[in-house]
Amino acid sequence: MRELSARFRTGYGSSPRHLLLVVGAFAVTAWIVLRLAGEPTAGRMLLWFVGAAVAHDFVLFPVYALADRTLRRTVDARRAAPRSRPSVLNHVRFPALASGLLFLVYLPGILRQGRDTYLAATGLHRQSYLTRWLLVSAALFLLSGAWYVLRRARPRQGSRQDSSG
Amino acid sequence: MSGNDFTRAPESPRTDPADGFPRGLWRAMDRYPPPGARGIAGRWRSPLRGPWLTSVYGAVLLAGLPLVIITGLLDYAAYSPQFGQAFPGDVGWLRLPPFDWPTRPSWLFRVTQGLHVTLGIILIPVVLAKLWSVIPKLFDWPPARSLAQVLERLSLLLLVGGILFQIGTGLLNIQYAYLFGFDFYTAHYFGAWVFTAAFVVHVALRLPRLVSALRSRPLRRELHTPTIRPEPPDPDGLVPARPDTATISRRGALTLVGGLSVLLAALTVGQTLDGVWRRTALLLPRGRQPGEGPNGFPVNRSAAAAGVQMTDGWRLTVRGKDREVTLGRAQLLAMRQHTVRLPIGCVEGWSTLQTWTGVRLRDLAALVGVSAPDSAHVRSLERAGLFNQATLQANQVLDGDSLLALRVNGADLSLDHGYPARVIVPALPGVHCTKWVADITFRSDA
Repeated sequence: MRELSARFRTGYGSSPRHLLLVVGAFAVTAWIVLRLAGEPTAGRMLLWFVGAAVAHDFVLFPVYALADRTLRRTVDARRAAPRSRPSVLNHVRFPALASGLLFLVYLPGILRQGRDTYLAATGLHRQSYLTRWLLVSAALFLLSGAWYVLRRARPRQGSRQDSSG
Repeated sequence: MSGNDFTRAPESPRTDPADGFPRGLWRAMDRYPPPGARGIAGRWRSPLRGPWLTSVYGAVLLAGLPLVIITGLLDYAAYSPQFGQAFPGDVGWLRLPPFDWPTRPSWLFRVTQGLHVTLGIILIPVVLAKLWSVIPKLFDWPPARSLAQVLERLSLLLLVGGILFQIGTGLLNIQYAYLFGFDFYTAHYFGAWVFTAAFVVHVALRLPRLVSALRSRPLRRELHTPTIRPEPPDPDGLVPARPDTATISRRGALTLVGGLSVLLAALTVGQTLDGVWRRTALLLPRGRQPGEGPNGFPVNRSAAAAGVQMTDGWRLTVRGKDREVTLGRAQLLAMRQHTVRLPIGCVEGWSTLQTWTGVRLRDLAALVGVSAPDSAHVRSLERAGLFNQATLQANQVLDGDSLLALRVNGADLSLDHGYPARVIVPALPGVHCTKWVADITFRSDA
């Protein structure tokens, strides 16, 4: 018995419990796929499902990683200043990240998508939230900038976070 | 083991260190990587990545996501699926056990759907951070060394695709941008089950690793550490071989993600509040207050969209088993009026608390000789529309605060809020609080 279990492990690469669990998840998924196969929009759903993962892994991630790398290079290159000064990097990075996140989450309002459904649902005409988003972003950058100025005024305290590595 | 072991990430501790069946395939893949595959491995440089940080994000999601899942399923139950009026209709075993949705506490639905939407949004930064923390694994070469790893990777596609699909469709739905072109209810409901199944598997397989990683460095100590030394090399290969200079500590990263969650929370909770607080939902549709006065609270479906117009000759038809009564608005206003402060909320996450006045539903049932109704079927003047009718359960008809409302906050209902009369029942989803009521049929088996 023990030998059988060991051979299963070697052949499959994990325990029988592992196999049972993943097969369980696939069974639920297969039932749902069969249930939805008849829907005329089933293909679209599949596209959005797989597309969501692909868009994150191969579009969103590379884009923000690259943006961050560029930002780092720019900051590093301009950093001939004495080391005792706190780095401006995170003071740009944080509000930029927050602003980007807000854009993604509240995108329909910012880009005025779905005007007709919005009107039908709320009885109001959709205003663009682009200005609001820009204002919130500006406020975040301002706050971060103010914090930076405060840190620079107390250089010894501020520099500690950046120097160790 | 093959000769060029040093180039690949170490195996996960759960799987056998030797390659599984078919061994030749994994070794061949290892030997002949696609161009660039080896190069990528060395380019993951962030000193932040490591099992501890991943596990902290994982623990937050492990605590939060089940709440989002359960409140989502409760919202489905709130639509009384036993009457075939929850969408999607045919869900087989994929639902909670059937039960009658209660009317108490009256804020029940407000809380379940508010929590579902708000918590779902709050967790977005954590989901993205978690994905960032493990993304090197996506580019591992060879992608698998056993059948077990192939299957687990497929289940991870369901997990990651599932959570992003749920977030995406949910966000578009609450903001009325149906860009996806499929039925939201069907997609979001079944998407949730695909995700949940993959989530259960992921937790079952990874929980021991999460626990050991969290134990490896006490959270409290880490939160007092402003330094940035990478975690020690781990069996999952999350810690980079050649870490870059750090620009942020783990404490800083957690603060950042937490801060982003707080920011989203601050810009979202407003849609569940009244008065000036509603306006704090700056970027959401339900952050707007439609006008002033007693009827100045959010509308869910405008009269124009429903194709309902102001008419003078409106009469309500009330049917019992063998009696039928028609009543004008004046007659309804002459009946005993009941005033109650009740929330009304939408599955989209927003809600509002208002003071409603009208006739108790059970008084109307008694009027047509039904003292113990089993259900009531309410139809609207609205011709088309998914929610132009609703069936109410016995407990919803009999609750003393269930009304056919004629007035709100001391004034007549506005047309957009359901004039001449609308249903309001404690803890009932807003779309089942039928507006522009044309007739009510009380049914009883007795």
